[in-house]
Amino acid sequence: MSSLVFLVPLALLLGGAALAAFLWALRDGQYDDLDGAAARILMEGDNDRIEGDEAS
Amino acid sequence: MSCCAPPLALDGAPDPSAARQEIRLASRDLGDGLWQSDLSVPGLHCAACIRAVEAGLARLPGVAQVRVNLSTRRVAVQWRSEEAPELLTALAGLGYPGHLFESEADGTDPERDRLIRALAVSGFCAMNIMLLSVSVWSGAEPETRRAFHWISGALALPCLIYAGRIFFASAWAVLRHGRTNMDVPISIGICLAFALSLYDTIHDGPHAYFDAATSLIFFLLIGRALDHLMHEKARAAVRGLMRLAPRGATVLGVEGGRTYLPLAEVALGMRIALTAGERVPVDGVVEEGASELDCAIATGESAPRSVSPGMAVQAGTLNLSGPLTIRATAKAESSFLAEMVRLMEAAEGGRARYRRIADRAAALYSPVVHATALIAFIGWMAATGDWHRAITIAIAVLIITCPCALGLAVPIVQVVASRRLFEAGIMVKDGSAIERIAEIDTVAFDKTGTLTYGQPQLIDPASIPVRELAIAAAIARRSSHPLSRAIAAAAPEGGLVPAKIREYPGLGVEAELDGQHYRLGRAKWALADETRGGQENRTVLSRDGALVARFAFAETLRPQAHAAIDSLRVDGLAIIVLSGDRPAAVQVIAGPLGIDEVSAGLLPPGKVEQLAALEAKGRKVLMVGDGLNDAPALAAAHASMAPASAADIGRNAADFVFLHDGLDAVPVAVAVARAAGRLVRQNFALAVLYNALALPVAIAGYVTPLIAALAMSLSSILVVANALRLDAGRTTSAQPSLRQPLGLILAGEPGE
Repeated sequence: MSSLVFLVPLALLLGGAALAAFLWALRDGQYDDLDGAAARILMEGDNDRIEGDEAS
Repeated sequence: MSCCAPPLALDGAPDPSAARQEIRLASRDLGDGLWQSDLSVPGLHCAACIRAVEAGLARLPGVAQVRVNLSTRRVAVQWRSEEAPELLTALAGLGYPGHLFESEADGTDPERDRLIRALAVSGFCAMNIMLLSVSVWSGAEPETRRAFHWISGALALPCLIYAGRIFFASAWAVLRHGRTNMDVPISIGICLAFALSLYDTIHDGPHAYFDAATSLIFFLLIGRALDHLMHEKARAAVRGLMRLAPRGATVLGVEGGRTYLPLAEVALGMRIALTAGERVPVDGVVEEGASELDCAIATGESAPRSVSPGMAVQAGTLNLSGPLTIRATAKAESSFLAEMVRLMEAAEGGRARYRRIADRAAALYSPVVHATALIAFIGWMAATGDWHRAITIAIAVLIITCPCALGLAVPIVQVVASRRLFEAGIMVKDGSAIERIAEIDTVAFDKTGTLTYGQPQLIDPASIPVRELAIAAAIARRSSHPLSRAIAAAAPEGGLVPAKIREYPGLGVEAELDGQHYRLGRAKWALADETRGGQENRTVLSRDGALVARFAFAETLRPQAHAAIDSLRVDGLAIIVLSGDRPAAVQVIAGPLGIDEVSAGLLPPGKVEQLAALEAKGRKVLMVGDGLNDAPALAAAHASMAPASAADIGRNAADFVFLHDGLDAVPVAVAVARAAGRLVRQNFALAVLYNALALPVAIAGYVTPLIAALAMSLSSILVVANALRLDAGRTTSAQPSLRQPLGLILAGEPGE
């Protein structure tokens, strides 16, 4: 019983944090273009090469 | 290189300066000198497309930021300069033809965000409450149980207020008008369950129904959110189609200056300059110039109409061959186009009267359920005299019969059906359309642009010698007249370069090639020997006045027209044609298709009257049409479909818009809708069966929260699984060619 006193609120707090993160991501527009996000990872940017990596 | 962008010939490119001003009109001011234009680019498919478009547009002077949205196939461009950048020309040059998109207030969908936020909140609350409930069901200590009930109550309250609001608002809206819908029993059930649980929690009772109330909200919101997302996707796809009505007009000033005014500011008596390829913005009278007008979208006539000074022109028609100056005789809000909108509003009766299946079910269902709960209460009260027990049982009856399955039964089936139609290139704009199209017994087709393509095509090009056809095509390529386009389309690009090209409106095109003088156009004009002018409407190619080749044209049927009509007939539907074109022209098309019921020469109100007459006979009609003149009929019919090439207001009026050329979209839509209707009825049967089993248990007083949660989840899973059968039994109607095969994308860029 005594463990429940802090474990249940802790679980709710963590869940609530996840909910808040989701709502923030939604408001931030991260769900506006799901297909685009999947495709953009394949694009080469100008400055996304790792330092010192001499690609062949 | 990009896999997806074929090099594209620019045909019918609009006048660049007017196009730039149109971009400005369609943009929205972000303040600080920054403007944003939204463009719809249907050709976007992959990462290479994104990079090509973003990099290509960013190079234009004045462009501040470019952002591609691949999900909606849209590009948002922010620019900062005196004059709008030439976005459309640049896009076409990159190989991705696009068009301007109506800018919404801020590009987001508030209803979608509200539903998803509500879904997130109710999901969080319902899952946590369920977690706590499991330990209560498995026999927690009384103090633990009390604590858990209090925590559950604290979680259920925000869920009820925030997520439940969607149901309460909808229920209240219909109750105020003295009707009921599905949300009324749902709201009553949720609120009573919460109130009883709160009472029991305060009085330390063994049972609380917080889990039932919140998971009910969660399940129902899933159905509702999916429904909204699906139809929003379809509506966005329809909105992304090319806008056919002009946004403004080039007005000639008194001193000869030219200004591009928005349509609403065009006043009576203003002189408007129209170049070839532009649409007439308002009704007017021709002052100067001669040209031909393509009226296909406005009136349904397939043959172009010649105009000369003094003749009236209708808004929405397309100027084909020569520049015109017209004097506005009506303002935009009283033009032909606006008249159609008024007719549409007047016609919108049958559809507004239609009540959704779920709402009709709720009208039967909720009195029965509420009466049963009341009887259970009175019965237990009379039998035991324990009012708390009587109320508990009455509320258990309400919860167990609360139409969770019923509320999911319809939306889930419609989401699955809409997705199948979406994959077949058919956009469904709202769920009730699927219910309505399943009921039809008659299909009414428009002719021009619906049964046929709006453009004529060359008959039997093989009979014309290749060399002559190539010359004719080379000359025809320089003209935007539909007959020229038809000739140009019949021959491959031949590398011939004609010189000194001149187009004579209403007559034809003249050009020089290898020192010889060619004319392509009306026989009477092109041939020096005028005695042969007997067949004056024939189109010929002449060399130095002598006949070289003759061309004959016909309207061509859309692909699969025969198969589509036959399969509709097999389904037991009557087929009729309602056209604005001449009877002879209609008969040529309707005859071979075996359609007997033909009405030709109809004005727009005439089409609505025909539909009203059919409706008075108890027939339910599906109208398929594309023109401005069809828009009122599309609004009046029981259900309606339009091709993507249809006029803007026609597309907006139609329930379904099909993106492919083939007419097979019509039988596919009817078949999917009928299959969906069968599944909805099965789901209702399942829900009623479930209630019939659960109700005696509830009335007998054996329903604990555990049993309520199990029964509710089981029935929901059952109806969802049944709805998914629609997807499992898919036919091969979806066009696989539309989807870019993955292997091709990968093979397309080997060395980068």
